[in-house]
Amino acid sequence: MKNLDDLNDLQLDVLREIGNIGSGNAASALSTMLDRPVDISVPKVMILDYNEVTDSLGGPEELLVGLLLSLSGDVTGMIMFLLHKDFAHMMINTLTGMELENFGNLDEFSSSAIREVGNIMAASYVNAIASLTGLDINISPPDLCVDMVGAILSVPAIYFANIGDKIIFIQDEFDKKEDDKTSSHILMIPEMDSLAKIMTNLGLEL
Amino acid sequence: MSRTITVGISDLNIAQAPDVLVTYALGSCVGICLYDVNIKLAGLAHIMLPSASQAPSSANQPYKFADTAIELLIRKMEAAGGRRVLFKAKIAGGAQMFSGLSNSSIANIGQRNTQAVKMELMRQRIPIIAEDTGKDYGRTLYLTAEDGLMRIKSASKGEWVW
Repeated sequence: MKNLDDLNDLQLDVLREIGNIGSGNAASALSTMLDRPVDISVPKVMILDYNEVTDSLGGPEELLVGLLLSLSGDVTGMIMFLLHKDFAHMMINTLTGMELENFGNLDEFSSSAIREVGNIMAASYVNAIASLTGLDINISPPDLCVDMVGAILSVPAIYFANIGDKIIFIQDEFDKKEDDKTSSHILMIPEMDSLAKIMTNLGLEL
Repeated sequence: MSRTITVGISDLNIAQAPDVLVTYALGSCVGICLYDVNIKLAGLAHIMLPSASQAPSSANQPYKFADTAIELLIRKMEAAGGRRVLFKAKIAGGAQMFSGLSNSSIANIGQRNTQAVKMELMRQRIPIIAEDTGKDYGRTLYLTAEDGLMRIKSASKGEWVW
């Protein structure tokens, strides 16, 4: 397996299932913290050119809260949470009792609350994958950025542009609303080598 | 009627007055504007990485890198009648979006991209007459072919013109 386009249907199904299990765990951790149900969609596996990445998330200038964590150990890559403003506001309000007035300038207390939620969600996601595959996966402390989604995503895009001309996302939407405009996203972005390791450990031929 | 031509990530294009070039949400990427005032010809490239020479063959799309993209943008403008000696450059982007990034391969990438762009423009003898780089926020860039003005729009810091 050299190119992402070489992935077959079975392998894509496995990746979707990984997204399902990982984000299912992350969502239930979130739901416990917020003491309210958190809906989660069926995961999508997307293999995209860099140009297509932001379009798939609602347009490059959409203002979102981005949390980025690096994966190390047996699996390398990144996990990213993109939180819609309304959702981030609800989260901060529930956890700290504060109202968020200015998204462009988050205070230290609110931003550490968001970071901590990201930390717990990512750990739940990764632990589920680790115990499923028997692989050792570590996560870095989360890093936070509130800006245009295109600018936030330039960071993982650049990281993966070093390696290939396409990027693979295992994407889940949560807290999806009817108008489809205010959902938040979990993105698991594995490196090529790590994909192969995950597949092998799950007993799939490559 | 002026048209607006969108330049994507690791992409480039040119436009003649009265058209406008736009690239959305530059983060650590850098946008390079070139302008030939004589024939009102504008060119815009959106690069992600400093140099094609360090890239593996699986990832060497030339519009992605500062050095190769600038070279190709110059050629494209020359093919459209532009004269290199008249070209002036304006650059924007190269921000550090995440402050505590532990991953060494992309730490300071915004700064490294900006440096690579400056090096290549110097090598091509194209003067940089405006620069809006660094800091920690994303920028949308409009380049108007009519007057060569570069307009920058940010999510929470307003917008301004270079």
